[in-house]
Amino acid sequence: MSTLTEAPPPLAPEAPEPKPPQRRGRWTPYWLLLPGILWLVVFFALPMIYQASTSVQTGSLEEGYKVTWHFATYWDALSAYWPQFVRSVLYAGTATILCLLLGYPLAYLIAFRAGRWRNLIMILVIAPFFTSFLIRTLAWKTILADGGPLVGALDTLHVLDVTDWLGWTAGDRVLATPLAVVCGLTYNFLPFMILPLYTSLERIDGRLHEAAGDLYARPWTTFRKVTFPLSMPGVVSGTLLTFIPAAGDYVNADLLGSTDTRMVGNVIQTQFLRVLDYPTAAALSFILMAAILLMVTLYIRRSGTEDLV
Amino acid sequence: MPFVNWLKRNLVVIAGLLTLGYLLLPNVIVTVFSFNKPKGRFNYQWQQFSLDAWKDPCGVSDLCGSLSVSLQIAVWATLGATLLGTLIAFALVRYRFRARGAVNSLIFLPMAMPEVVMAASLLTLFLNMGAQLGFWTILIAHIMFCLSFVVTAVKARVMSMDPKLEEAARDLYAGPFQTFVRVTLPIAAPGIAAGALLAFALSFDDFIITNFNAGSTVTFPMFVWGSAQRGTPVQINVIGTTMFVVAVLLVLASMAVGNRRNRQKA
Amino acid sequence: MTNQTDPTGDVRLTGIAKTYGAFTAVHPLDLTVPQGSFFALLGASGCGKTTTLRMIAGLEEPSAGTVSLGGQDVTALPPYKRPVNTVFQSYALFPHLDIFENVAFGLRRRGLRSVKKQVGEMLDLVQLGEQARKKPHQLSGGQQQRVAVARALINHPKVLLLDEPLGALDLKLRRQMQLELKRIQTEVGITFIHVTHDQEEAMTMADTVAVMNAGRVEQLGSPADLYENPNTTFVANFLGTSNFIEAEVDSRSGGEIVLKAGGGKLVLPEARCSAPATAGGKVLVGVRPEKISLTHADDAGEIPEGRNRITGKIADSSFIGVSTQYVVDSPVCADFEVYAQNIDRDPRLVPGAEVVLHWNPAHTFGLDAAQDADAGVEEAA
Repeated sequence: MSTLTEAPPPLAPEAPEPKPPQRRGRWTPYWLLLPGILWLVVFFALPMIYQASTSVQTGSLEEGYKVTWHFATYWDALSAYWPQFVRSVLYAGTATILCLLLGYPLAYLIAFRAGRWRNLIMILVIAPFFTSFLIRTLAWKTILADGGPLVGALDTLHVLDVTDWLGWTAGDRVLATPLAVVCGLTYNFLPFMILPLYTSLERIDGRLHEAAGDLYARPWTTFRKVTFPLSMPGVVSGTLLTFIPAAGDYVNADLLGSTDTRMVGNVIQTQFLRVLDYPTAAALSFILMAAILLMVTLYIRRSGTEDLV
Repeated sequence: MPFVNWLKRNLVVIAGLLTLGYLLLPNVIVTVFSFNKPKGRFNYQWQQFSLDAWKDPCGVSDLCGSLSVSLQIAVWATLGATLLGTLIAFALVRYRFRARGAVNSLIFLPMAMPEVVMAASLLTLFLNMGAQLGFWTILIAHIMFCLSFVVTAVKARVMSMDPKLEEAARDLYAGPFQTFVRVTLPIAAPGIAAGALLAFALSFDDFIITNFNAGSTVTFPMFVWGSAQRGTPVQINVIGTTMFVVAVLLVLASMAVGNRRNRQKA
Repeated sequence: MTNQTDPTGDVRLTGIAKTYGAFTAVHPLDLTVPQGSFFALLGASGCGKTTTLRMIAGLEEPSAGTVSLGGQDVTALPPYKRPVNTVFQSYALFPHLDIFENVAFGLRRRGLRSVKKQVGEMLDLVQLGEQARKKPHQLSGGQQQRVAVARALINHPKVLLLDEPLGALDLKLRRQMQLELKRIQTEVGITFIHVTHDQEEAMTMADTVAVMNAGRVEQLGSPADLYENPNTTFVANFLGTSNFIEAEVDSRSGGEIVLKAGGGKLVLPEARCSAPATAGGKVLVGVRPEKISLTHADDAGEIPEGRNRITGKIADSSFIGVSTQYVVDSPVCADFEVYAQNIDRDPRLVPGAEVVLHWNPAHTFGLDAAQDADAGVEEAA
């Protein structure tokens, strides 16, 4: 056919890249990489090592800390704060599932049903980003206020009875309960679910839907057998982009929750900035990082989508 | 049953619009409450209509100062991250080199790391080095976490660029530098702009990493955080509303310009 | 426009080769393209023709050998220092510049300030004067193609390289652009080196065609020469269609070789045999389908003396307007193809009919029997 892929050398899969003839060109990529990579090494990778070392130090603020390979800090931290860890995973996991359930219809709407409204809806999804998320999170205090219209309606509909029974709310309050925190997390990270979902849905050829319909698939079957599998890359990166920051978040738990809804992020923040117990804080942070990396790796393996970036 | 059928067909639209409502509700509240005149220190309950805050947006001490700090940091962080990130993106797309996998992971990891972990570890570094926390430590941190996002945005654009264009430039008497300035850079510009915009938004709105590494410097998000404990001035809502409106208007305006240009061409 | 009588304007490739690791894209190659000629490199995808072109342009460094332009060795020069310009396969027009600036690009890079007049003239030459301020994506494929030609030609290169320049156009436009390019070449007198996989395109446009296969030049010559007198089965099959009969050399006399095939005898002019024909040796006898006449077996007696003839049975026939294409089963060659002009159609020539195929011996060519008779069939498809 065409010679677009003229003479592909079988041993070098990439098209022959024209290299500048001068010898100096061999070092160009390293010069380009140097400043940025140095920045990441010094201010991202090196801190991780410092943190690892801090987590096995003992001492006090006044006398200074020394590396004593005191691994017991990990054990102490875990046994003292395991409820917060469990809560983080639980809240972040629930918020991620809610984001998927809420975000999918909207992403689908933008990709296939919005027509000329597509751009406007896109703007409305992204625009809230430009208002500080803290201000928007504070607005939930108003929306979920005790005795407010929303809580009143939920109470009248006896929804609160159910959530009370489940332990998500307490009495006739929503604010300062797990439900409020999860609601805030869901809200804050929903765009991170919608955008990757939209990107992968938009790539699906609309004719595939017609083909599926032509081959006797009902709309729901078409969705299950064609649309959803093809949107898996978006689902995977969306869930990761939602779960990871949600698991480390402490803002929602702090602003919308109570002492009973503290997540591991709250503990790290308090230990670091108020109690000034650096080893414990570093150990907690290290455990969180390891846990998330482990979960993410397993998840990506399972879902078989290796090429996320 | 025509109604049931209609409902069935449009279920996804209704669900999607409800989600959109959920996304926008807080912005509506923020806007409405910018016209509130609260009793007491907290602006969580509607009392009565007032334009007080709009007439005097800087009327709360430190508010506009923190806004200015945030803007300065965002501008410098955007410049820094865009420059460094663009260089990395070009190296990744255009050259084969060793340690490519390691570089890719180093770019990916900051995006896959909870902010609180990066925040805490960076603070241990600064404490160990005895660095004075403040403007500069915030800026360093912001460039660090914006970098990966810029790389991703620019990389996507450069990858979709036809390498034949650069060959054509070299064939037409443009040396390496001329080729870069006249052809490569202009074509990569939309990707670089997208990366810069993302970096600005991320930096301006960052709270967690900033909160750990700010020392006594107060950025706008930190001011909001503090006010959540001490009392929320209505001016916060005024600024939040303004940012939302300005952002939407800017996007609409750029779209209108783009549309008109397309129509002229057609 | 350029000095057409400059005797040193030839492109000379000496032992030029390109390898990628263990893969050889171009085997050491010697080639001279005379000044002012329209030269085509013809071959299937992956045959090394584009690599050869890119080495002339300087976009690819040769692994061995030299490139010289008008007597000057340019092998070590980067592309931006060579007096050579390229029309790229997908045109590679700069999307961010308008048509005027695209065409002016080369002049500006060489430091020319006032380019308006030249660019205007060049756009007129390719009939795009009206479109100067449009962006490339607003033009049709054919217009973009002409911009690409203008952008290269305006620099008055010693050689214009065209890398499959018509590949993206539809058939009708391609025919039109072939004539257009030929007109421009005649007008400006610059050497054109044209890479294509389309044998018809190469034959229509070029004075000289080099057929490349697997990194080597199989044969070089004028289009008619290549078609009428192919030296290898690859060339015979890649350019048009050929029928082959495996035959044994019987005797040679008076400039003619007599061959035995099946029960019959075939005559082949010695000058048209590229194989060493020793008595008893094997030769592949080739003949083009349109050279053959078809006569019903009942009329075999009316065939004039002195023509090569074989017998067979029509297996299939398809009517395609100007001609009818027959497939004939013969004992010496299955699937013998015959194209008969629709002048007087014999109604007896239907599948199943016994026929005699006959042709003028002067249209026969002889090839080395050691090669694959089907070489180049796939590639030409």
